[in-house]
Formats: sequence, structure tokens, C-alpha cells
Amino acid sequence: MSTDSTSTENGSVASVPHEAGVVDGKFVDPGIPAEHRPRRADIDPKAARKAEIQVAALFGLSVLGTALAIYGYVTSKATGGDLGAVQRTTMFMGVGIALAMFGIGTGAIHWAKTLMRDHDMVEERHALRSSDAARAGAVEMLKDGAKDSGVGVGRRGLLKGSIVTALLLAPLSVLVPAVGNLGGDWNVSQVKHTMWRKGTRLTKDPTGKPIKASDVTIGSVFHVIPDGLNDLKHGKLEEKAKAVVLLIRMDPRVLNVQPGREDWSFDGIIAYSKICTHVGCPVALYEQQTHHLLCPCHQSTFDVANGAKVIFGPAKRPLPQLPIMVDDEGYIVARADFNEPIGPSFWERLK
Amino acid sequence: MQRLSLTRYHRAAPLVLLFILLAGITTAASFVQSQPANAEAAASTNDISEGSKLFAANCATCHGLAAQGQDGVAPSLIGVGAAAVDFQVGTGRMPMQASGPQAPAKTVQFNLDQIHQLSAYVASLGPGPAVPDAAAVDPSLGDASKGMELFRTNCAMCHGSVGGGGALSQGKYAPSLMKTTPTHIYEAMLVGPQSMPVFNNANITPEDKRDIIAYLDEQRQGAPGGLSLGSIGPVAEGLWAWLLGMGLIVGFTVWIGMRSS
Repeated sequence: MSTDSTSTENGSVASVPHEAGVVDGKFVDPGIPAEHRPRRADIDPKAARKAEIQVAALFGLSVLGTALAIYGYVTSKATGGDLGAVQRTTMFMGVGIALAMFGIGTGAIHWAKTLMRDHDMVEERHALRSSDAARAGAVEMLKDGAKDSGVGVGRRGLLKGSIVTALLLAPLSVLVPAVGNLGGDWNVSQVKHTMWRKGTRLTKDPTGKPIKASDVTIGSVFHVIPDGLNDLKHGKLEEKAKAVVLLIRMDPRVLNVQPGREDWSFDGIIAYSKICTHVGCPVALYEQQTHHLLCPCHQSTFDVANGAKVIFGPAKRPLPQLPIMVDDEGYIVARADFNEPIGPSFWERLK
Repeated sequence: MQRLSLTRYHRAAPLVLLFILLAGITTAASFVQSQPANAEAAASTNDISEGSKLFAANCATCHGLAAQGQDGVAPSLIGVGAAAVDFQVGTGRMPMQASGPQAPAKTVQFNLDQIHQLSAYVASLGPGPAVPDAAAVDPSLGDASKGMELFRTNCAMCHGSVGGGGALSQGKYAPSLMKTTPTHIYEAMLVGPQSMPVFNNANITPEDKRDIIAYLDEQRQGAPGGLSLGSIGPVAEGLWAWLLGMGLIVGFTVWIGMRSS
């Protein structure tokens, strides 16, 4: 930190403007400060005594922390699921262990900085480059090795062929299981379709109770799974992850029905896939007054009143709409599956 | 500006400022207050006429003298029911202090009798959801584990997994439910105040609502892991880890490398 570091011993930099400390794009050796500045503790016995007390206090703090941690452990009789007691124990032990370590560390450093010997030392550094003789020797060794093995001479084709084969095949021992575990089913078309069929009832998540159109009052939001999902023996979560739908009713005067989808909604009741078209998070933060649907992961915002088009965020496509109608008994049913793959993009999405 | 930059501050000033900032962010996360309100069922004609006077004096400026609402200013209150009034007035959200993204909960402006009279008046304008009775919102009668499943499906995306609250778009937010009374939680589900959607009794049955209240009541017993930082998720935790944790590491590194005076 000293500013008068250019010493006169270093003749080559004596004429250089001192503040810059740079010559020809290289830092110059600042040298050793001409005069050693002693610390307060070196010249003032009172300061030394004070530093000693500070160091001892830091070690004392560590002892206190150890005691606190043990106290926290010994007095923890957290029975009967008393969360308050668990929290107290965790806090006492955490703070205690932290103080125990902190006191030793800071005490040792403070000791070294204020009281241990303080004098300037020179530590020599050498160029990283090896001597020319060592470099020539290394090159010679490589050449000898190549000569012995016959590389580049055309001899021992069997050895060369077998080592190359072994090297190429060895990674397979890791790659084959790794790729094999990615999943047994590579049928992409299953990603394009969901459980929804013509006439599948919309039911409540998680109970699976069907929903009547009259249940869905204006401003309501229902989290929906297809009827029959809860009866699946295998792949229930996979099917649920594709088929979840948000059922919303808004004032029919506010709902801007998209051209070509006039019969996809019913008196202001409209259903959209809950899987974000960006990277597939469940989009479910519905704001009743603005009709905005917000994805919690990356803040993609969809305008439910206008075909769920993207009005903010990284999503590129509107949420797929599930066409719905009302059956004879008044229950809401799907008119068909989604007319496009739900969720984020993938290579064969539109093929 | 020149004078300011010439003043020397204590070395610890940035650290202290950082600490104050973090403490502020954390407390702000659990800000929403609400006041207890007791629901009495019977609405006498006297209540209605008193409520009508209170309405004319405090609410009619925006909602209109006949509570018919004004386009772009305030919604019609005909048919919103007593539950909506008890929630909005009982949590201090109404009367609204200023226009903004949403009306925040604040100090309640009326006493319980007045809130009851206002509710009775608005309920008399048209049929709407009533204030639930005490048994309907008693957490000890609910099933907290079933409530968790319902909360996770219907509420957690906005209010957070334990009801700590969370941000919405354009300045709106889902408030913390840590201090909301059971009655107000029930009413909010029933009527869907402000940005919140409606969860009517066909969607979440009265028993389901009580289960959700029981689940939220469980969350108030504290977190076993220590400082919960408002339970608002990775934002608060990340701020602490990155600013305080990294700040401390940088500070100690500087201290270790510094020459002793």
C-alpha cells in the first residue's frame, strides 16, 4: 500500500513515473519499502497488551460458543413434536458451533497479525520455463518412446489396431447404461396426445369429482384433471403432467372468443392447458380482475380473455385450449383432445 | 455532492447499510396485517339502516349511493354478500386509501359493530355469500393433511407453500396468510377479493375450506429449521446468502490481508 516503493537500488525503474508502476505494459518490481514501519503493538507495550487481551477474548468467545452448543444439545428435550423446542435447539447449536469456530479462526489471525514477528522477507521467484537442457531431454525421451513402440514406422500393426479398438470401445461401458437409462419408451407421439377424449368429464384435482357448469361461478378457477386419471394403475403422474387444465369462468362480455373456436367454450367457461409453453411449469397464478395467467417460473404472462396469448415473458406460444361442452346431465366434458401438443417445444412437435 | 463525497464514512458503513437493507426486505415480506373480526349472524332492520348511513358516508363516493358501482372506479356491490364486506372492511382493505395495483390490508377503520352493520346493509341489497359461523372456520375441527393437499393444488402457486405470500404481475401480490384470521381466510375463498379467483362451495366445499384453515393454522407454530425469512421462497434466501454470506467472506478476506496498524 506504500506509495514510495521505487527504491534507488532498482536502477532500471528509477526514472519511471512512480504512480504508474508500469513500464512497457509490465508491472515493475515495487521493491521493499525503504523504511520498515513498525506496528503499534511493536513499539507501544500498552497496545501489545490490548492486542493480547483481544486475542484471548476471541478464544474465550470460542469457549462460550462450545458451551452454548452443548447447552443447546443437553437441554433439548423436544418431545411430542414441539416445533418451538426444535427451533430453539437448532438455533443454540448452530450459533454455538459457529461462534466456536469463528473465535478460534479470528483469534489465530489476529494473533498473527498483531503480535507475531513482523519483518520484511524476500521470497525468490523463478521463471516457469525449464532450462534448455531439460526441455531437450524431454523431447528426446518422447522420440525414443515413439521409436521403441514403432509408431510412424509401420511396424506392429496388430498392437496399434488393438489399442485403438480398446480406446474407442472403452467409453461404451459408461455410455450404454447411461443412454439406456434415459427411458425405455422413445415413442414421441405419446407426448403429442393427452388423456382427453371426446366426452371425458372434467373433474376436480385431486378428488376426481366431476364439475357441473352451474358450479363454475363467474370469477371461479377450477384445477382440473380428466375423469379416470385417479383409476390409472401405471403412468398416472405422466398422464397428469400432460392433461392438467385450468377451468376459468369470466363474464362472457369480457371473453374474446377466438375465431374458429366459437364452440370451444361455454357461456364464459373456458379451459386452458396448465403446462407452460416455455419450459413446462404449471401456469396457475390467475388474476381474476385482469384475466392474466402468470407462470411462476419465468413470469410468462398469458391473457386468458384473449386466447391466452403471451403478453409478457419468454413463452412463445399461447397456452393450448381444451375444447369443452356440457353434456346432458350438466357436467362439463371435453369436446376432443387438445388440437396441438401441450407444453414446451420439441423437435418433432409439428411433424 | 462535492461535500458529501469528501466526507469520510466509517469503514463498516457499507456493511451496516447492507444489513439494514436485508432486515428491511425480510420484514417487508411478512407485512400484511389483519385484525380479528367476529361474525354475528342476525341482521336486524336497525343494522341495515345504520349500515346504510355508514355506507353513504364512507363508501358511496366510489361505489355510488345505491352501491351500483362506477365503471372503471369501483365495482357494484349488489349481490356480493356480507362475506365480501366483512373481509374487505374487516381487514382494512376498504375504504381504500389510494388507487394502486391493489388495495393493501391496513389499520381497520371501523369497529366490529359498524362492520356488521355495513355487511348487513350490503347483504340486504341482493343475495350473496354470508359470513361463516364460528364452527365453520374452527381449525381444530379440520383435517390439516387433507388441507395441505387442497392448499397445494389451489392456493400454493400464489400464496406460497406455507402461506407466506408471493409476487404477482405489475405490482400486485398474494399477501401472507400467517396472520389472517380463519374467518377472513374462509371469506376470501368464498368471494374472491381483488385479484384472487373465487373458490365457491361447489369447488372447495365448506369442509375443505376448514381443512385448509387447519393446515394454515399448523404453519403458524413456527419452522423447525430456524429463521424462515418470511417463507417467501428463494428470493429472500438468495439475498441473504449472496449479500450477507458473500459479503462476510469478502470482508474477512480483506481483513486477513490488511496490515495491522
